[in-house]
Amino acid sequence: MSRLLITNARVVDPASGRDEPGSIAIADGRIVSAHRDFTPDRIIDADGAVVAPGLVDLAARLGEPGHEHAGLLESELAAAVAGGVTSLVCPPDTDPVLDEPGLVEMLKFRARNLNLARLYPLGALTRGLAGEALTEMAELTEAGCIGFSQADVAIKDTLVLHRAMQYAATFGYAVWLRPNDAWLGVGVAAKGALATRMGLSGVPVLAETIALATIFELARDTGARVHLCRLSSAAGVELVRQAKADGLPVTCDASIHQLHLIDVDVGYFDSAMRLVPPLRQQRDRDAIRAGLADGTIDALVSDHTPVAEDAKQLPFAEAEPGATGLELLLGAALKWERRRSSAWRKRSPR
Amino acid sequence: MFVRRNPQLNKHDELIHLLSIEGLPQAVLTHILDTAGTFLSVNERDVKKVPLLRGKSVFNLFFENSTRTRTTFEIAAKRLSADVINLDIARSSTAKGESLLDTIANLSAMHADMFVVRHSESGAPYLIARHCAPHVHVVNAGDGRHSHPTQGLLDMYTIRHYKKDFTNLTVAIVGDIVHSRVARSDIHALTTLGAPEIRAVGPKTLVPSDLKEMGVRVCHNLEEGIRGADVIIMLRLQNERMSGGMLPSASEFFKTFGLTPEKLALANPDCIVMHPGPINRGVEIDSAVVDGKQSVILPQVTFGIAVRMAVMSIIAGNAP
Repeated sequence: MSRLLITNARVVDPASGRDEPGSIAIADGRIVSAHRDFTPDRIIDADGAVVAPGLVDLAARLGEPGHEHAGLLESELAAAVAGGVTSLVCPPDTDPVLDEPGLVEMLKFRARNLNLARLYPLGALTRGLAGEALTEMAELTEAGCIGFSQADVAIKDTLVLHRAMQYAATFGYAVWLRPNDAWLGVGVAAKGALATRMGLSGVPVLAETIALATIFELARDTGARVHLCRLSSAAGVELVRQAKADGLPVTCDASIHQLHLIDVDVGYFDSAMRLVPPLRQQRDRDAIRAGLADGTIDALVSDHTPVAEDAKQLPFAEAEPGATGLELLLGAALKWERRRSSAWRKRSPR
Repeated sequence: MFVRRNPQLNKHDELIHLLSIEGLPQAVLTHILDTAGTFLSVNERDVKKVPLLRGKSVFNLFFENSTRTRTTFEIAAKRLSADVINLDIARSSTAKGESLLDTIANLSAMHADMFVVRHSESGAPYLIARHCAPHVHVVNAGDGRHSHPTQGLLDMYTIRHYKKDFTNLTVAIVGDIVHSRVARSDIHALTTLGAPEIRAVGPKTLVPSDLKEMGVRVCHNLEEGIRGADVIIMLRLQNERMSGGMLPSASEFFKTFGLTPEKLALANPDCIVMHPGPINRGVEIDSAVVDGKQSVILPQVTFGIAVRMAVMSIIAGNAP
């Protein structure tokens, strides 16, 4: 096996808090300490580039099982490593839904065999994501699930949500919820002047804030660990900020789409911009950026959702929502960072 | 695919598709209205035909039901000597699962020159215009809630006919505006043509406050909305687009926002009353007003044929 030495690097290791110039030595596929006797077969001069552990993407759909016309495990995991993502979390809205331990085991087994990126599946919080019966969360955790989620399907019955969170809290399992009211949250664009002008049904910010308030109350009552998925509004970010200030142990993420795009990017009904959550206004994008900067938003995700071409070549409201993003996660983050500060400009252009 | 340039105009700013009134320069709108004026006389002759579109095939693609609009487009195309094919989409291959674009591609292979499209989803004509062959023209006959440009144009023709000058008019649009593509087209046309006061009138569930970003004054009271108006455009309650109970009943709507002769007296004495049709007597408008002397609802229909002839002849004459 070859021995590789990467020199003149900016070594960034968040786990140990390391961010300093240095070298990385790799032998037999493992990182080793670069002592004097280390004789590399190949040297890469990083020229100040960052050398970091593989990225973790908290939201990436893989197309399997059920949506193989859009993507396959192999193609999507290859896209992940091409984008520097070596660990990813996939939501349970596959077909069939990830609510059976056997399905989870199969998925993990296949991913392991492909040996591309590590897969951490989320199990369904309720059977079939139907919002009625609880899943066997202990069995699913044993099969490899790292948490439980409803993907984009809001639970209508607050009693069920309360019980699901209470049950998960029994074992300390994390509950990943997208804050979106089941009734108010229906629409293909963001409610506002632009959706009104374009004649598109809009999702009001209220759908997110009302759901957040409900989730916070239930979290306070049950003690469940909650991760909020895909914040989209300034009001939503502010509610999370307040909840954290009050000591509620919630975390949240936002997607690269909300980080860069806004409602006007829909242009002339471009169905590539048909996304869930819908693209909101400039002030919402600004709040997402501020939230990422000050830590209110804990993670940036790709929200990778492969969609077959045919499903996009339809009128806007009929098009399938989603966009690819695994390969764009790092680039999107850097693009934002470059706007904010000159700290990353140290690297000389190739 | 990002399309930033207005897809309706070619690089010389000439109209090649009519998809929406929004984004069209005032000169384009005025040219259409002027051309429509010349076609009015054609419609009064014994032989109501001009050869402008002879040899051209116009395909009426109505994905949403409409006898009235489809008929007026058919009449307009035939008066221009075009061959008209009506496609009954509900019974056609779309019901057998064929995608919208496949339908368009198949029809293009039959050498269509122009598609007149009505669809229940906002934006559908843009998708069609992006994908049909360069020499094929698309006319939007109504897409979802977004736009009904020929109706907007014929409404403007009507207003110009009776009022001459847009720049000193107060226009009230009343009713189910949030679901109305006619309202949006009228608002864009009126603002482009310089009408100084446009009011959107109706209950909060049907007239959202963010409409003001389109350049209108939002009124939730009929009396306030039509006081001193020169033009009142009444809209039908669009039951098929309403869900989740935006209104308690048609009779309460008539009581609070219906146009009766008593309410009409609050407008200017020479105010004209318009309606895109079909009208629901006793729901948004009283029969006495429909049949009264201020109503110009029937002339609207006549003007509609001339306006559609103008639109089709203009766009057919412009290269992509």
